[in-house]
Amino acid sequence: MKSSVITFPGSNCDRDMDVALKKFGFKNKMVWHDDNELPKSDLVVLPGGFSYGDYLRCGSMAAKSKIMQSIINFAKSGGLVMGICNGFQILVETGLVPGVLLRNKYLEFICKNVFVKIDNKDNQYFKNLDKDVFEFHIAHNEGNYFCTNDQLKEIQDNNQVAIYYCNGDGNTDEKYNPNGSLNNIAGIFNKKKNVLGMMPHPERMIDKSLSGEDGSFFFKNLLNNIK
Amino acid sequence: MKISAIITLKKDVLDPQGKVIHQALDGMGFKGIDEVRQGKYFEINVKENDPTKAKEIVEDMCKKLLANLVIEDYKIIGTQ
Repeated sequence: MKSSVITFPGSNCDRDMDVALKKFGFKNKMVWHDDNELPKSDLVVLPGGFSYGDYLRCGSMAAKSKIMQSIINFAKSGGLVMGICNGFQILVETGLVPGVLLRNKYLEFICKNVFVKIDNKDNQYFKNLDKDVFEFHIAHNEGNYFCTNDQLKEIQDNNQVAIYYCNGDGNTDEKYNPNGSLNNIAGIFNKKKNVLGMMPHPERMIDKSLSGEDGSFFFKNLLNNIK
Repeated sequence: MKISAIITLKKDVLDPQGKVIHQALDGMGFKGIDEVRQGKYFEINVKENDPTKAKEIVEDMCKKLLANLVIEDYKIIGTQ
């Protein structure tokens, strides 16, 4: 299975993602933001980081970079596009997924492990996972998901919430919300569920001795689903 | 021609920075404040001498990049 990780000026999780994808069997290519053509891919990943120094709004400049038009076309034709952290911010700025990511509620950069609950497994990313609650890492300043009431209704009607912040038992109470995100939302799909944006970093949880293994389950399963 | 634009958060969007600034001002003795909202200000020098056309160009920029219309409003405030 072929994957592409896009590197923008200021991306800093691109190589972590490359390591993670290769570890679980993807043939990954790194793609520069200024390229016009996307290599043939089964999965495109927009990685975390601080593209364009987070100038103007996080992800706003990257969303207009050259490679994005090919990625938007790829997504519109049903291709799998996953945005992690800054990648999620880029996705909302392209309009591929609804909503925006505001500054964290208490104005602090949050860097810690959190639990997330998978809400909807009827998609290529999560189907066949044998558990619902995962421990992932978050590291962001703008992860406070927000959308209009009309958008929220549409998101809920179409089951577009991918993951919620929760505790280790899957309780999605407001007190387990790290950043003020609307309804504890940590990740969102597009309508067709081929585009996924999420704040947590599964690529940081791929080694038992370093962090944890929940990312390993996610990537192994993803590869099997795409095969 | 120089065109100025102001981007502000929509009314129902939480502005935590504005809140903190409000608290700081309050602590400094500026007591009569109801609310502080923080925004962005742009001065754009466009190669266009017709004010109507120049405004249209900047308005297009606001829609496409400078503002995110889910959370922000823009206002073209002047020409020079």
